[in-house]
Amino acid sequence: MAKIDTAFFDLSKLEEMANNDTVIHRIDPRIKVLVASMFVICVVSFHKYTISAILPFGLFLIIVMGLAEIPAFFLLKKIVLVSPFAIMVGIFNPLFDQQPIMVLGAITITGGWVSFVSILLRFGLCVGAVLVLIASTGFNTICLAMVKLGMPKIFAVQLLMLYRYIFVLIEEGLRMYQAMTLRTFHGRAIAMKTYMHLAGQLLLRTLDRAQRIHLAMLCRGFDGNIRIRQSLRMARLDIFFLAACFAILLLMRCYNIPAMFGRLITGIT
Amino acid sequence: MHMADALLSPAVGGTMWVATAGTIFYCSKKVKQDLDDRKIPLMGVLGAFIFAAQMINFTIPATGSSGHLGGGLLLAILLGPYAAFLTIASVLVVQALFFADGGLLALGCNIFNLGVFPCFIAYPFIYKPIAGTNPTPLRIGIGATLGAIIGLQLGAAGVVLQTVASGISELPLSAFISVMLPIHLAIGLVEGLVTAAVVSFIWKSRPELLDLTAAARPLGDISLTKVIATLGVVTVITGGALSWFASSSPDGLEWSMFKVSGHEELEAPEKGIHHTLAVLQEKTSFLPDYGFKAGEPEAEGLVETASWPAVDSGTTTSGLVGGLMTLALALSIGLLFRKRSKTA
Repeated sequence: MAKIDTAFFDLSKLEEMANNDTVIHRIDPRIKVLVASMFVICVVSFHKYTISAILPFGLFLIIVMGLAEIPAFFLLKKIVLVSPFAIMVGIFNPLFDQQPIMVLGAITITGGWVSFVSILLRFGLCVGAVLVLIASTGFNTICLAMVKLGMPKIFAVQLLMLYRYIFVLIEEGLRMYQAMTLRTFHGRAIAMKTYMHLAGQLLLRTLDRAQRIHLAMLCRGFDGNIRIRQSLRMARLDIFFLAACFAILLLMRCYNIPAMFGRLITGIT
Repeated sequence: MHMADALLSPAVGGTMWVATAGTIFYCSKKVKQDLDDRKIPLMGVLGAFIFAAQMINFTIPATGSSGHLGGGLLLAILLGPYAAFLTIASVLVVQALFFADGGLLALGCNIFNLGVFPCFIAYPFIYKPIAGTNPTPLRIGIGATLGAIIGLQLGAAGVVLQTVASGISELPLSAFISVMLPIHLAIGLVEGLVTAAVVSFIWKSRPELLDLTAAARPLGDISLTKVIATLGVVTVITGGALSWFASSSPDGLEWSMFKVSGHEELEAPEKGIHHTLAVLQEKTSFLPDYGFKAGEPEAEGLVETASWPAVDSGTTTSGLVGGLMTLALALSIGLLFRKRSKTA
């Protein structure tokens, strides 16, 4: 099936999740953006051979995900779908890095495999963090938060406009695509030449639409300035959440908690 | 060819973030200055257009693989570089958030690779001189194709350099670049042809649209060099500042955080509670010296030559055991949540 309708489905599904009302959803979006960024920075800053110390971050993500009531299967599917680039680049690590760093019984594990697993882990966590952020916050609210955090307003307007019309244009594209597939033989992909006409046609419609939107905006008193309704309020609980999350993240970053656990059990220091 | 968080080091990602954020601020200012207020809806809708058009794949003749519209150069031709940069950046933000293309940290790299190169290099230095003020279909075709190819080559080179500089992937620079560039040469050619076709389609059916954007564009060469110069300075400064942190750690480009928090600190306390507990553990643990004696000397000897100082099989084992436990804990908590949400 075409990529275009799954995209449509995903967008609406994520937006639908963002309309939920859970503990995580109620937190101020600025806090969530900051925590997600901190999470990613912490995960990415680990040494390339680190595996065990990264695992608690997965635990953190799962807890947040559970609290926000985001279905794990949906998230996993999305993560797997976008993984090819990271896997393709990472798979060369075992080839180039043959340095054995661990002997486990009869099996010698090379650094390449360890760093490959580490890459996969980082990938899953970083992508997961972004998806949890968007699924628990919603795009418009994130834009609002970013404006409050210092993003230029015109860029925020661009993002909001884009987001609004993505749905419209995907629908338009989908319609054209369907019309085309109905007139071609089954399963045949679009030829480049057809695509050029399709894209050109879609572009013309887009430009017409832009003109209509502009006129409509003028009719409603648009004077070149965009006003964004801002109604974010930081409660004391939000600050507490921020502090707690930062503390937990830094703790997990600074101490290899699984290794400490392991040491406690195996007694190897 | 979206860059991924997993392959980035914080120093490289942070540098690219700063460079990209700087460009966004600069372009926002520029767009605001020449506020032709038709552009605001136009930018939004064109971004959505790129989004939709990218999702329809087409077959590339004679190969059987599929390609899609690139967008950066097309936007620059229709909107001018500043507005185009903001538009492509916004598209990438949405893609990063909803489709997880790349990630938060990699967003800086992606916007830089797919935005700066087409808008500020391919468009003004390649497309514009070739297409000229009085474009013909041939000139548009050549300009757009060449521009798309070169823009994409630069972007691919950017991905390679960022990956190699991060040092998470083991791919050597030469091998990686010799794979990436030819692949993207082919993709660029296809993208260029499609861009050229779409632009000439517009030019044929609505020539006034191209003239309009060409006329409304206040692009002076001086301000462009200023952008690039500022960008360069910002990149060098932040790169320098971040790598200053990095150079204090033993592993070159790794962030200082590793040094602050790495194994040295964990292993350091020889006495005190930690030591007492360790002794206690030695006595009470149920897996004392779990058969790693044979492997240890070998591993130890090899580690001497390795670049990473803190590998010893003891730490690794406990890491492994503890890691598995964490994993189990994570899974069970996940399942617990799932169960609860089902009953709820």
